[in-house]
Amino acid sequence: MEKFEKLTGIAAPLPQINVDTDMIIPKQFLKTINRTGLGKNLFDEMRFDDNGDEIPDFVLNKPKYRETEILIAGDNFGCGSSREHAPWAIKDFGIRCIIAPSFADIFYNNCFKNGILPVALPQEKVDILMKDAEKGSNARVTVDLENQTVTTSDGEVIAFEVDQFKKHCLLEGLDDIGLTMEKAAAIDSFETQAETARPWV
Amino acid sequence: MSPKTLYDKIWDAHLVHEADDGTCLLYIDRHLVHEVTSPQAFEGLRMAGRKVRKPGNTIAVPDHNVPTTPDRVNGIQNPESRIQVEALDKNAKDFGIHYYPVNDIRQGIVHIVGPEQGWTLPGMTVVCGDSHTATHGAFGALAHGIGTSEVEHVLATQTLIQTKSKNMKVEITGQLRPGVTAKDITLSVIGRTGTAGGTGYVIEYCGEAIRSLSMEGRMTVCNMAIEGGARAGLIAPDETTYAYINGRPHAPKGAQWEAAMAWWKTLYSDDDAHWDKVITIKGEEIAPVVTWGTSPEDVLAITESVPAPEDFEGGKVDAARRALDYMGLKPGQKLSEIEIDTVFIGSCTNGRIEDLRAAAEILKGKKIKDGLRAMVVPGSGLVRAQAEEEGLADIFKEAGFEWRLAGCSMCLAMNPDQLTPGERCAATSNRNFEGRQGRGGRTHLMSPQMAAAAAVTGRLTDVRDLM
Repeated sequence: MEKFEKLTGIAAPLPQINVDTDMIIPKQFLKTINRTGLGKNLFDEMRFDDNGDEIPDFVLNKPKYRETEILIAGDNFGCGSSREHAPWAIKDFGIRCIIAPSFADIFYNNCFKNGILPVALPQEKVDILMKDAEKGSNARVTVDLENQTVTTSDGEVIAFEVDQFKKHCLLEGLDDIGLTMEKAAAIDSFETQAETARPWV
Repeated sequence: MSPKTLYDKIWDAHLVHEADDGTCLLYIDRHLVHEVTSPQAFEGLRMAGRKVRKPGNTIAVPDHNVPTTPDRVNGIQNPESRIQVEALDKNAKDFGIHYYPVNDIRQGIVHIVGPEQGWTLPGMTVVCGDSHTATHGAFGALAHGIGTSEVEHVLATQTLIQTKSKNMKVEITGQLRPGVTAKDITLSVIGRTGTAGGTGYVIEYCGEAIRSLSMEGRMTVCNMAIEGGARAGLIAPDETTYAYINGRPHAPKGAQWEAAMAWWKTLYSDDDAHWDKVITIKGEEIAPVVTWGTSPEDVLAITESVPAPEDFEGGKVDAARRALDYMGLKPGQKLSEIEIDTVFIGSCTNGRIEDLRAAAEILKGKKIKDGLRAMVVPGSGLVRAQAEEEGLADIFKEAGFEWRLAGCSMCLAMNPDQLTPGERCAATSNRNFEGRQGRGGRTHLMSPQMAAAAAVTGRLTDVRDLM
């Protein structure tokens, strides 16, 4: 997995609550058997009209947000399905960090498996960042995972919380399966004990 | 010993390892797999030279992409869908996991097949690369959706890295009134808590109204726990649960059944267990409901009217404005005057035999409104066969419904069953998101009874008027 340490980039404002996984990547793009190439269809129905032409008003279509690396969004981002195609599409587009007041559980976990940092902040802090993001490409926001801070283009520093294990994996780019395999002995002994306790499973 | 919730008990029974920082490794008893969220996981195993650790506890079935028209026996026309289903055929064979292929009568929606075949049992941990895995919580199993990376993790290690959620109790007291169903319970709960109200929690549903539900109804309630943001929904097992499980193909038998029962009977929340959040709703106060907007929290009784954006606060004002525009509705419009184009009865929420019985009961001797498109998509081949045996299929067909083969179908429209822009659908599924049932499609969620009533009148309808 790609590491996430520190990122300075353009932040795009998407001040909408309940951005769901069907918006992030509509189902017709879930038919792939690969993880890559989904960026061109990120937010497909919001980005493109029925003819496949860009909708100029959508934030990521605006010239100043085409190189967006950080997305600032509303409450309950990523609600809906478990499709990991959502973070795959976000990453493939070039976005590495999403900041919102809250995230849906499965989406939040999926981000960490793909080198994306989701940052949950109180609404008033998100409001500050939303305003900053509205300045466009002249405003660069910095996200520092090691120090758990987001810095606005004006230099205002906002601290955030993150699970320490998830932080460690993201900083080091660690593969979960490899880490769990190191606990094979514990899994073996659990299985032996479970086969006696619950033989019907 | 300190008192525990049902969730605490299942969690503790599956804890393999707990790190100092609280990160836990949880053992997974059942892993359900479908064709959309698994190909990349199997590919990952191949690339790393890994095997499936417990192929005997891993069950696969194609459901999302499969066409539901009778010609599917001749193969899947859409090349991408076909490749995904063929990939699952191959992965199931190569890795030696249980498999119900497209044309097996036991094929169906993964969350209907699992319980039907007796794979889902009380006290288990059940995962699937699908958010509606919450359905299995109806058996008192800890069941939730996972992403594809986690699918690969479970395939390889039979465990999942987790942190524990908080405990929420949702109590539905008393009894439901006539015309009110499990779907109305689960939608009403989401209407009250919001789609993020359950974030960070596992919900246990309890109370007299829940106890009175059949297993089918309980599955409907737990299915939509995810729509309320919860990691999982649970209902403690009881005699209704045991009666449903007993005799199913993969349920324990003989001495193993006795041993299992002894443990299952300990699976309840202790009286003085700690709850981080409690919600109580009176069963008598729940009405037949529909959704008006593009979020499952946009729930109102069918007797009410479309709200105005100004009725809400914060980010919901803009969201409601956007939803009304997308749905083509005006504030103040009576819900029961909204005309529909299409009716969809099916999905892992409401595609079980009891759902079909309830809809058929309303439709018996009636015709659907002229010009309407209506389809029933049974949740599994076995549900379909049983409905045919009970004469339900004839009732649907005589009323003017299409009688389809099993699959996820128009719930998420990955197969050819889709809405066209502006087409308005009364649906028994679980999500009314923009574009969910087809680009520009307008979805109103409701119970099978309410969908049947809408089919008859051609508009959103209070089913009690037809009873």
